[in-house]
Amino acid sequence: MKKWRSLLSRLKERPLRQAIRRKALQMAAFGFTNADLGNFARGVINKGPWKKFCAPGMNCYSCPAARFACPIGALQAVGGSMNFRFSFYVVGFLLAVGVLIGRLVCGFLCPFGLLQELLHKIPTKKFHLWKPLRYVKYVFLAVMVFLLPVMATDFLGMGDPWYCRLICPVGTLEGGIPLLAANESLQRLAGPLFWWKIFLLAVTVVFSVLICRFFCKVGCPLGAFYGLLNRFSAYHLEVDDDKCIRCGRCERECPMEIDPTKTPNSPECIRCGHCRAICPAEAICFRFGYGGKGNKIKKEP
Amino acid sequence: MNKHAIKNLVWIALLILAAGMICFGCLETFAREEWRLVLDKAINICFECIGLG
Repeated sequence: MKKWRSLLSRLKERPLRQAIRRKALQMAAFGFTNADLGNFARGVINKGPWKKFCAPGMNCYSCPAARFACPIGALQAVGGSMNFRFSFYVVGFLLAVGVLIGRLVCGFLCPFGLLQELLHKIPTKKFHLWKPLRYVKYVFLAVMVFLLPVMATDFLGMGDPWYCRLICPVGTLEGGIPLLAANESLQRLAGPLFWWKIFLLAVTVVFSVLICRFFCKVGCPLGAFYGLLNRFSAYHLEVDDDKCIRCGRCERECPMEIDPTKTPNSPECIRCGHCRAICPAEAICFRFGYGGKGNKIKKEP
Repeated sequence: MNKHAIKNLVWIALLILAAGMICFGCLETFAREEWRLVLDKAINICFECIGLG
């Protein structure tokens, strides 16, 4: 009885309520993006018409349950095709999503983001990321997603999806492992490349346990793209410097290791809302659109 | 013009640009129909994505 009373009283705490709401939304988004669970047993992928549309988060289109296309895969597919060198459709879609909500996709809608957060709950010693590693994802975006499929082409003028082929752990986890498990014919094709990708997946899983959102910070080109739009997105963070008491709690507890009071719309911010929930002065808020008070802490001289 | 008005203009302009890009990439009028390419790629197993290509 005491345990239930203690749980009920904890549910009145804002951070816990916010965390539960966010997890529920993440799981709903995961379910909506990967609706055809029966395909895991059949070892086939979804061939429905919704696959012409991209999901906003990282979700491999070779995942048996995936209902939509992966935007990073789609970018490389169009860029590496014979007829086109740039995808207006996919870039336009990502631009629209990024300009409206920025990296809110990462915080609430991305299936792989949810998976990393669940892995991080495994009780071990936790570490901070070495900051320069954050720039690796921009290199992946520029070189492997945009440039290589266009520049490294075969005699037909077709390029390969270099990021998907060499790096992406999402495809290995969601597509490679389930499809090979269900199809013996595919198992015979597994070679050094497959084991390289399994190794990268293992590294991602281990580091996601140790460092919060490791892949989001280091390896996700989609997060890199949305992050560039964080400064302009309609949905953004504002800090009221009249209310802020500079306790530093938001910086200490931010899963992306940023200081919301100094860089409120940092490219690393995934708009999870944890800083708003734990702020003792209620100085942090999220708004849609600009206008009104909208203050930022001024840097001290 | 204050900072907020400029930011509002920027995101509206980017949104219009995004809508224009989607139309240009998809509509039959512009003879690109990139969505067909995306669909074609997405409904077949991507061997590169799963580590076999």
